[in-house]
Amino acid sequence: MVEFTLPKNSRMKAGKIWPKPEGKDVRAVKIYRYDPDSGDNPRIDTYYIDVADCGPMVLDALIKIKSEIDPTLSFRRSCREGICGSCAMNIDGINTLACLQSIAEIKGDIKIYPLPHMPVVKDIIPDLTHFYAQHASIMPWLDTKTNTPAKEWRQSIEDRKKLDGLYECVMCASCSTSCPSYWWNGDRYLGPAALLHAYRWIIDSRDEATGERLDNLEDPFKLYRCHTIMNCTRTCPKGLNPAKAIAEVKKLMIARKV
Amino acid sequence: MRYQTDRQRVEGLGSAKDGTTEWWKQRLGAVALVPLVILFIFPLMRSIGADFDTVRATYAHPVNALVAILFFITIMSHLRQGLQEVIVDYVHGKALLTIALLANTMFTGMIGVTGVFSIAKIALGG
Repeated sequence: MVEFTLPKNSRMKAGKIWPKPEGKDVRAVKIYRYDPDSGDNPRIDTYYIDVADCGPMVLDALIKIKSEIDPTLSFRRSCREGICGSCAMNIDGINTLACLQSIAEIKGDIKIYPLPHMPVVKDIIPDLTHFYAQHASIMPWLDTKTNTPAKEWRQSIEDRKKLDGLYECVMCASCSTSCPSYWWNGDRYLGPAALLHAYRWIIDSRDEATGERLDNLEDPFKLYRCHTIMNCTRTCPKGLNPAKAIAEVKKLMIARKV
Repeated sequence: MRYQTDRQRVEGLGSAKDGTTEWWKQRLGAVALVPLVILFIFPLMRSIGADFDTVRATYAHPVNALVAILFFITIMSHLRQGLQEVIVDYVHGKALLTIALLANTMFTGMIGVTGVFSIAKIALGG
């Protein structure tokens, strides 16, 4: 159901304001904090960092805060170069990867929240269990019926090119958690990320389960909750176009019917 | 308390193997409404402020009557489809959902039938 207000235990309170350091370019970083063990509501803590003494990206600021100001701050990160998809969060109102978002591009306070409409594990760490299970449900692997060839499944250069713009997805969940349809119906709607991956396998020239894949997607909720809102494409930190991938799946649905 | 795997929760009742026809009908209705709205507007504009007999004569003409009837059928089924999408998106309680969907069909159906009946009455000289 549509939720216009947050549940009582999710409403945010004013949090701690940490001391301001001396520096040339001090900026405020406002971060969503939630500690499941305390039983308290989430709060917004304000940290001040000297940007002149910090790496260029928002992830650098987070790491600086954790190592120099407040070690209790929790967030996911790994590769720090946009390849692992761990540090997806809502920064300055847009879902993106903290490691790809430069501090200089943000005007005013740097506001950091967890990915929207997901259960929060701690601070800016969302619970992505359901999201990953949805990805698994589209069978993200090569499915073949022909006997495995002695050497390899061959693919032409043109057919390989069809996977460009799809295979780069790192499953950071920025797109799915920016989608209003996913917010309201995420239990049954697969969301842009899973559907982009579904399309990646549907158009793979080597895959022999295209029909089954389309069968599994043909559903008023799994696929057709997409109303081409395009938030997914707008927010994708990797510059991919999940909305187009979904449109292509819908076109294939028609192609096998008409 | 339910012990349910994440995958089981996602699979749910499985795919309905349906939805494409409904989606395709929405697009067809939208495309059909482009010429229909244009053709419907001309006699309507002429009728605004005109006297009773002129309006009657306008809609008694078979082309105008057919366009108007097609327009009412198409736009009301298109409205029903559109509102149904909104309802399915936002209303989740089973009872409320059923009531809302029925009300939607009755509301759009009534307007559509009234429109078609009115034009038919004029065109057939009832």
